[in-house]
Amino acid sequence: MQINEATVRKIAHLARIKVTDEEAKSLENELSSILEWVEQLNEVDTNDVEPMTSAVETSMMMREDVVTDGGYAGRVTKNAPLSEDNFFVVPKVVE
Amino acid sequence: MKDLLELSIADAREGLSQGDFSAKEYTQSHIEEIEAANDALNAFILKTPEKALEMAEKSDERIAKGEAGILEGIPLGIKDLFCTEGVGTTAGSHILDGFKPTYSSTVNTNLWNAGAVMLGKLNLDEFAMGSSNETSYFGPCVNPWRRKDDQVKLVPGGSSGGSASAVAAHLCAGATATDTGGSIRQPAAFTGTVGLKPTYGRVSRWGIVAFASSLDQAGPITRTVDDAAIMLQAMASYDEKDTTSVNLPVPDYQEQMAGKIKGLTIGIPKEYRLDGMSDEIEALWQQGIDWYKEAGAKIVEVSLPHTKYALPAYYIVAPAEASSNLARYDGVKYGLRVEGDDIISMYENTRAEGFGAEVKRRILMGTYVLSAGYYDAYYLKAQKVRTRIKQDFDEAFEKVDMLLTPTTPSPAFAEGEKSGDPLEMYLNDIFTVTVNMAGLPGISVPAGMSQSGLPLGLQLIGKPFDEGNLLKAARVIEQSAGELPEPERWWS
Repeated sequence: MQINEATVRKIAHLARIKVTDEEAKSLENELSSILEWVEQLNEVDTNDVEPMTSAVETSMMMREDVVTDGGYAGRVTKNAPLSEDNFFVVPKVVE
Repeated sequence: MKDLLELSIADAREGLSQGDFSAKEYTQSHIEEIEAANDALNAFILKTPEKALEMAEKSDERIAKGEAGILEGIPLGIKDLFCTEGVGTTAGSHILDGFKPTYSSTVNTNLWNAGAVMLGKLNLDEFAMGSSNETSYFGPCVNPWRRKDDQVKLVPGGSSGGSASAVAAHLCAGATATDTGGSIRQPAAFTGTVGLKPTYGRVSRWGIVAFASSLDQAGPITRTVDDAAIMLQAMASYDEKDTTSVNLPVPDYQEQMAGKIKGLTIGIPKEYRLDGMSDEIEALWQQGIDWYKEAGAKIVEVSLPHTKYALPAYYIVAPAEASSNLARYDGVKYGLRVEGDDIISMYENTRAEGFGAEVKRRILMGTYVLSAGYYDAYYLKAQKVRTRIKQDFDEAFEKVDMLLTPTTPSPAFAEGEKSGDPLEMYLNDIFTVTVNMAGLPGISVPAGMSQSGLPLGLQLIGKPFDEGNLLKAARVIEQSAGELPEPERWWS
């Protein structure tokens, strides 16, 4: 699978990473060669095969639907680059 | 007290309990060695000597009261992927600048409850993505080993390069590490140390910076097989905070590994015999086979037909999960923020500056394979291939108890030698990545030396939760290989 620069820019935007022109160029080549390399998976017959969902067979544990943790907003926001009164502060998003 | 640095964890426990030396003395000798060696090796990216001495003092008090835990007074290095309360945690990335977790990973809590002492945080590839420790924001970590008659700097492997380098150079008694595609076992092989990747679910992932959640597993890097058992004993637990943690009691590994391996059946997977495999790796593998025959094991050739697809499937699954896990680094909740014109450009600027090239490459690869229209063709396909890989192992384990393979296709390489081509770097994990894809336990044990004078490792792959037998069999390699050389102390 060959991907072009426009695709690189599109996925970079989806991933919220700004890329320079130079980066876009080299990513175009690198991602294309990785995608070409993974093409070989098409040789594997996967009809009637379930996708692996967990490495070890286990059943999900159930627990009471009660609050077991929390109540420390100050700790949660402690590492924020910008916070105010235990809220995260971000650039204005609503006009 | 330089000789204290030579002790294994097992011997140090003995010395501490006999009162031959104090935990404080033992820790102090490591602190001094780190001071002397770290400029050259760059194994520790954060040193915590004051905290270490404080913890060691408490260990001495507990030893005096007869309340010693299983790692009481043992100074460890912690891979900087584990959150440590109040102590900076970076994942080797610029994007976590200044992050001081307000909690500790379950592994760390278990280790401190067992009495271990923290010397500091260890270097790694950024977000554990790499096989050479060269993608770290804090600069490459250096392998204590050098080629015969050569001073070229070699990589310690990765991503747990700092853990492997620090243990091999005796800067700590043991270290924590993590393994997503070979990140414990490959650096262990490159540095002549023992690296154990437990069964997926044996050790809690809670509080470890996530890379690929269905593959990540924490384990120890140590200098002896015994020490690996002791450390796993302390690290492993069932943890309600990790939904993939498995609710099975942690067995007594040292008890399980006692005795002989006579009667054990060991499989040799023929697909691991690669075209163009170097003679020395081939010979090392054969040596391992001969050792097991001598020890009374039965050797059987087995087939794992989907082996060659493990690595390409991994490079879909791991980046896909990484792109999702790393979405949280957005300049809002922790770490670096680079301002922009609006919130979107703030995200984009922060992530552009905060992530290194390899991490960006994997996030973009993952975003692509998960994007609309491609999910079935890539991610779903890879997860189905993964089922095939697991079926191969299930069939093999009907005939054999465990598998023996080389750990890596070559000894440690030089800095810069493989960093130009991502695919060439990825091929380093060719023998280790299958184990993560199937969720199995694996261990790398030093087994011999290359012609260039570098350590080489053999890998054992076990059935799920069969770490006890794996450790028992690993000791056969350790004992048969005898005393292997130590790296020359050129760094201090």
